[in-house]
Amino acid sequence: MLDQSKAQSIFDKIKKFSTVAEIEVIFSSTDHSLTRFANNTIHQNVSELNEAASIRVAFDGKTARASTNRFDDESLKRAVQAAETMAKVQEPDSDRLPLAQASEAKGADAPSRWFENTAAITPVDRADAVGKIVAVAKKSKLVTAGIYSSSCFAETIINSNGLNAHHRQTSAEVSITMLADDSSGWQKANSPDVANLDPVRLGEIAAEKAALSRKPQELAPGKYTVILEPAAVLDVVGFMFWDFGGLAILDQRSFLNNRIGTKLFGDNITIIDDVAHPLQSNAPFDGEGVRRTRVPLVENGVIKRLVYARSTAEKMRKSEYADKVGEIAVTGHGFPLPNEMGEMPTNIVFVTPGGEQSVDQMIAGTERGILITRLWYIREVDPYQKILTGMTRDGTFLVENGKVKAGIRNFRFNQSLIEMLNHVEAMGKPVRASGEESFDMVAPAMKVKDFNFTEVTKF
Amino acid sequence: MKNVADWALDTATQRGATYADVRIVDEKQRALATKNGKVGHAASGESLGLGVRVLVNESWGFAATDDMSRESVERTAAKAVDIARASARVKEQPIRLAPEPAAKIDWATPCKIDPFKTSIEENLDLLMKIDHELLSVKGVTLGESSLSLRRYEQWFYSTEGSDIHQTRTTTGAGFSAISFEGTEIQKRSYPNSFGGQHQCKGYELIDELNLVENARRIGEQAVALHKADKCPQGKMNLVLDSSQLGLQIHESIGHPIELDRVLGMEANFAGTSFLTLEKLRTLRYGSELVNVVADATEAHGPGLGTFAYDDEGVAAQCTPIISNGLFTGYISSRETADTIGEHRSNGTMRAEGWNRIPLIRMTNISIMPGEKPLTFDQLIAGTDDGIYMQTNRSWSIDDKRYNFQFGCEIGWEIKGGKLGRMIKNPSYSGITTEFWNSMDAICSRDQWTLWGTPNCGKGQPMQTMGTGHGASPARFKNIKVGTAYQGN
Repeated sequence: MLDQSKAQSIFDKIKKFSTVAEIEVIFSSTDHSLTRFANNTIHQNVSELNEAASIRVAFDGKTARASTNRFDDESLKRAVQAAETMAKVQEPDSDRLPLAQASEAKGADAPSRWFENTAAITPVDRADAVGKIVAVAKKSKLVTAGIYSSSCFAETIINSNGLNAHHRQTSAEVSITMLADDSSGWQKANSPDVANLDPVRLGEIAAEKAALSRKPQELAPGKYTVILEPAAVLDVVGFMFWDFGGLAILDQRSFLNNRIGTKLFGDNITIIDDVAHPLQSNAPFDGEGVRRTRVPLVENGVIKRLVYARSTAEKMRKSEYADKVGEIAVTGHGFPLPNEMGEMPTNIVFVTPGGEQSVDQMIAGTERGILITRLWYIREVDPYQKILTGMTRDGTFLVENGKVKAGIRNFRFNQSLIEMLNHVEAMGKPVRASGEESFDMVAPAMKVKDFNFTEVTKF
Repeated sequence: MKNVADWALDTATQRGATYADVRIVDEKQRALATKNGKVGHAASGESLGLGVRVLVNESWGFAATDDMSRESVERTAAKAVDIARASARVKEQPIRLAPEPAAKIDWATPCKIDPFKTSIEENLDLLMKIDHELLSVKGVTLGESSLSLRRYEQWFYSTEGSDIHQTRTTTGAGFSAISFEGTEIQKRSYPNSFGGQHQCKGYELIDELNLVENARRIGEQAVALHKADKCPQGKMNLVLDSSQLGLQIHESIGHPIELDRVLGMEANFAGTSFLTLEKLRTLRYGSELVNVVADATEAHGPGLGTFAYDDEGVAAQCTPIISNGLFTGYISSRETADTIGEHRSNGTMRAEGWNRIPLIRMTNISIMPGEKPLTFDQLIAGTDDGIYMQTNRSWSIDDKRYNFQFGCEIGWEIKGGKLGRMIKNPSYSGITTEFWNSMDAICSRDQWTLWGTPNCGKGQPMQTMGTGHGASPARFKNIKVGTAYQGN
């Protein structure tokens, strides 16, 4: 992996090749391996080593970026020249800020997310874990498909103002589908520390779901009380967080336009962005190296604050919205510059108000409803009402009189997120959850009334 | 590059690989975007690396590196072999490859204008002019334009003797206008949503698209949508423009015909397919008018799925997928072709880059135009009542590819053979085979466009691939519309 001192020496070289004073380089280093299985067989098994430098030049209100994965002098010179050429022809933009100062990268120590036992995982380790998952499948007369991946990642941002921010982390991930002739079950988990993963237990839960959902019944579409497991919650709510960036408001493309400070969701909805949360992941700095801060986004249903990159905060302070968006401060959530999207909170943590219920307790308290393991192919239908469409998948059940009664055919939903977060009747303890439609979050299971299913499919 | 590849192939075979291939990729990109008349994104990128794929004990291993030194290349090949040996520890099905003759070829995308020889100034000037036109329309609150160029040069070598050098150049551009008013955000895009039109050709594409000339009209439509009537709910005739029909093909034909999905290899993420093996040559997929091909050959056009050889050394082919409504073919790899007893792959394996394995990917999955002359105006004139929808806004389909729902940016009512009032937030939904069996008219060749979808995701780790979809406007009977807002 590229360490800080090697990154600094490459940066020094890049700086010499440049004709401009302001240079920022994002170094990334990836060692990623993934073992994939289907039909009870490992059918794909891959590994990748890659190191890259993404070079940004800035001068006179102009900026551009060029990247390369070759660190010889000629390649670095070519990348620097490409960035300078792209910047030089631009019209000056008075909103462009100088590069971040070294002090902006400082903050409290972030939790270590590097675990040697994760870094040491071998292809044989992954294969043996997959073998155990396959054994679970065979015991249940099922067929399994999924992945087991392990990776090491390092990121360093260095700029000509002396900023030098470095982060490295490990990650292990398991995703398992168990398939019967007419049903399926699914589980997924990841963690920087492989000790937190239990592939066999995940396989057993997925197998139980596949077995329970055999011979699925068809229910009529309509509004139902649903119990969404954490992965289903994060996949659906993930679609709103793009709108919590300051630039989304300035661009008037956010569903929070004219809604900041209002009570949009139920009293029981409180959401923060907190990279330092023990169940969170990723680097404690943003795409300019600015330290991420903890930001309350929603408190008791009220939209409290947005997140800001440096330049967005500056623009917002001068804008017509300045007195309508709550506290304006650089929060360390910007994407690497230049970009069109500004910033976004990506370390989402739901804070529950107490009285959490387990999924089993939610089931026990439900007269008639639907238990949902996983959602799929979610897309935005209406950007301001925040209506989303998507499908249920891999374990959808009818709950009646406090018990899981049967598997059911999968539904299509068309559901407003705003309405959904006003109809939450119960929540579980927030856990680190991982889905496929959105980024990982610390999210609870939710029991939601009047969830809107519009169609049913054929399986 | 041959000597670099030989380091890998020799190491792999010495360590026990019964088959190995090497792809060396040198990739170059330029991406520019403007927003409200200012530069939003300006980036270029280069990436060089090598991936080694090996078969050992009838199991796959793959390793990739950006370090092209001999020591690194040999270490990477050895790692691929070790990974394959680990794969063999969990094996119920041995991997075998359908035979393929070795190929030696040098091929490049035909480009009239090399896009990388155009200046950044020229590129930005175009985008700024578009933004200027968009923002001249009162009510447009956000105007965005973008341009992307990519050159993908690949050397492929295998232990079977293949030596294939291909250079693919793609060009893409488009813009969108957003209008926020009251409690609505409306959007119009041109010539298509999600980055516009993309093809495997040079900068000549940009001139063909008439971007600046269409900007004001598109901006005006975005604003006008606020005052348009809502999409009705119910069953009616539906006419789709060719870009939306292209995405309909992508989702409800292109993905379900992928043989790896059919065989369960994508079950954990992308899903499986309703097109189980017994349906081949027995399922009535669509009406008699529905003829669909998977065609990667240059003769089909400059699609994002056009090449000379796929990424496991199989020649580009044209495969009939649906013939007069009958389901007649999957898209395959050497491995999956062997699994179902086919004697040859139809050449659809492609990788996102040097650091990814090739997967079965759509090439150009296109519906053939109607044989009888039929213009768009004639199609509308022949429709008593219904709704015409244009440009995709949302798309969703289940994991076996039965139930779909699409939203479009704009629609118009059709009454008495004429386009009438504008319709906002139009959407439609259905079941794949019922939908394609309801097609009762499709426009002829002069209305046919080969659209590029640059962002198709598949695989673990995820790979993004460009696919091509040729289509003409077409009409479907008795389709459910307005579902997206039902109950909301």
